[in-house]
Amino acid sequence: MRNSRVKVNGLFFVLISVFFYSGLSAEEPLIPNPEDTTKICIPRPPTNVLATDAVYDKGNVVNLNWVPSPDDNGDGKILQYQILRRLENDSVFALIDSVIAGTAFYKDETVESGQTYQYMVVAICDGGSGPSEPSPPVTPDMEWLNFALSNIFVIGLLICGSVIYFIGKAKSGRPLFIRKIAGLEAVDEAIGRATEMGRPILYVPGIQDMDDVQTIAGLTILGRVARVVADYDTKIKVPVSRSLVMTASRETLKAAYMAAGRPDAFNENMAQYITDEQFGYVAAVDGMIIRERPATTFFLGAFFAESLILAETGNSIGAIQIGGTANPAQLPFFVAACDFTLIGEELFAASAYLSGEPRQLGSLKGQDVGKALAMIAIVLGAITTTIGQAWNFEFISAIADLLNSLFRTN
Amino acid sequence: MSRTMIILLALVAIVFAVSWAAKSASLDDQYDDYISRGFLITLAAFLTLSILSFLYKDNPFYKFAEHLFVGVSAAYWMSLGFWSTIVGNLIPRLSVTLSAFFKVPHIEDEYALYILPDKVSYFIPVVLGILLLMRLSKKAGWISSWPLAFIVGTTAGLNLVRYLRSDFIEQVSSTFVPLLVDWQGTGRFFSDFNLYAYGQFVTMLGNWVIFIGVLCGLVYFFFSKEHKGIFGGASRVGIWVLMITFGASFGYTVMGRISLLVGRLTFLFHDWLELIG
Repeated sequence: MRNSRVKVNGLFFVLISVFFYSGLSAEEPLIPNPEDTTKICIPRPPTNVLATDAVYDKGNVVNLNWVPSPDDNGDGKILQYQILRRLENDSVFALIDSVIAGTAFYKDETVESGQTYQYMVVAICDGGSGPSEPSPPVTPDMEWLNFALSNIFVIGLLICGSVIYFIGKAKSGRPLFIRKIAGLEAVDEAIGRATEMGRPILYVPGIQDMDDVQTIAGLTILGRVARVVADYDTKIKVPVSRSLVMTASRETLKAAYMAAGRPDAFNENMAQYITDEQFGYVAAVDGMIIRERPATTFFLGAFFAESLILAETGNSIGAIQIGGTANPAQLPFFVAACDFTLIGEELFAASAYLSGEPRQLGSLKGQDVGKALAMIAIVLGAITTTIGQAWNFEFISAIADLLNSLFRTN
Repeated sequence: MSRTMIILLALVAIVFAVSWAAKSASLDDQYDDYISRGFLITLAAFLTLSILSFLYKDNPFYKFAEHLFVGVSAAYWMSLGFWSTIVGNLIPRLSVTLSAFFKVPHIEDEYALYILPDKVSYFIPVVLGILLLMRLSKKAGWISSWPLAFIVGTTAGLNLVRYLRSDFIEQVSSTFVPLLVDWQGTGRFFSDFNLYAYGQFVTMLGNWVIFIGVLCGLVYFFFSKEHKGIFGGASRVGIWVLMITFGASFGYTVMGRISLLVGRLTFLFHDWLELIG
């Protein structure tokens, strides 16, 4: 009935238009007058408007879906859809947003958890509108657990469980094997060289604060280095760029000197605060390297753009250099300018290896379980994906899909 | 101080004064404060050249610039820490009166923990900060370990999920690549063989590089087994993959550093000497 009325109206408009346009001269443009009320269109409304509470959120999102108006077929007749919303007890719908024609989805992120809402979608064309029926009421709610990320939980549990297991094993006194790390073999040799030459050792534990695990690893290695330094009675300088790192360095040095039975040789000024400013710190350390000409330099911690400047200055005075960081972008510079480089996780492994501390050893072994898991998954994933795609074996494809779902993050 | 050094310092002082006068004169018709602007540009050029003089060797000008930089930046960071953290973040949330005193707008409880009474949650970082300062006391220095443990623990906990997701799970799933792409048999593979960038062979080669590279890289970072035999071979391939990656990364970063140098040279030749347009 409604469709036939639209057709009749359309025919009427065509006749009216022909009547008016026939009176125009050839020079006049065929542009309709915006105030021409006879051109009003009334679009058919969107249907099946459905509002659903978004899952695994704080209860502040409602997803709205609808079937677009039959008149929304890309010919430009429908200009946009207006999204209207009301609280369940309100009588009037209020406009909250609008989306372009061709859209059938809207995400309302302005709702409050626990309130009940109803939505209406209005198709808008030039001068007319077609409102949908109100959606069924929806009450957004907060979910306490995000089960979509349960795979991350399981994998995390597996790795953390391994770490805890190996920490327990290390604490019980059972030996845990860790392979030799090339850079560490050179530590004693480098300290010995500084002793023979009568020159100091420069130790830079990165430029980050104590909340960075690389700084902690750097300070752990400092403890081992300082102990040998104390034994050999060599000078060590630890310039730092954070106040907390300075106090932690001083404590590490003090503990190392006490462990070596040389508390008298400890001096607080071995660890000096320079400045938090990255390149101010670099300028000062560079000056220190050139003036004091250390025989050995250690750059172990978190480094950024200063890595090459420091390592190259150390290289220019012929110092033995041992660098190490977990920042991948800075590793090439240490590899190029240092004699030995602890690459990425080797820094943490070195820290565990040198300290022999059960928690660090257990953590390293637990992470190895994670790597083994990753290697197995990668081999299985690549093989099943290959066989599934190349020969269309459904069972193999199902295994590939399972692995993909286990390692998905969204 | 040697005679040569005195002459050099005098020469630099003269060049500085001439540059200041010339720069101020050139800015005369553009700015009201042309004298101070001329001084600042000349000083910036002098400090830039002083730092660059380190490339020749250590010298008094570099030492001056270095000490100035360290002193100013240390004071700046101290001041910034106070004004951005204490005055910028804490005080506006803590007290209306103090906000008015420091002339910062008061902020309502946007980060308050609703399980705690009003404003109490803001005192938690204040207390932790004070405990951290206990480090200055010889007797109560041990207390500072507690806030430090809190900082390290919360950072580790917050980063665990993020790193597990981005550096582990996503990397593993991205390596589930098909080793045979569009496979229709060996005969078809050789008959259609080509080296097009998105052709079958090149795509397959890329996938094999990813697969073997990631696997061997993981073997290299496996610390629970000695690198001998097949494991040792895979580890050597892993270190080769790493070195090739580092080489590419080195070149890429050096290009970025060149742009920094260009920035400084532009300052010297455009802003200071006005030799380039």
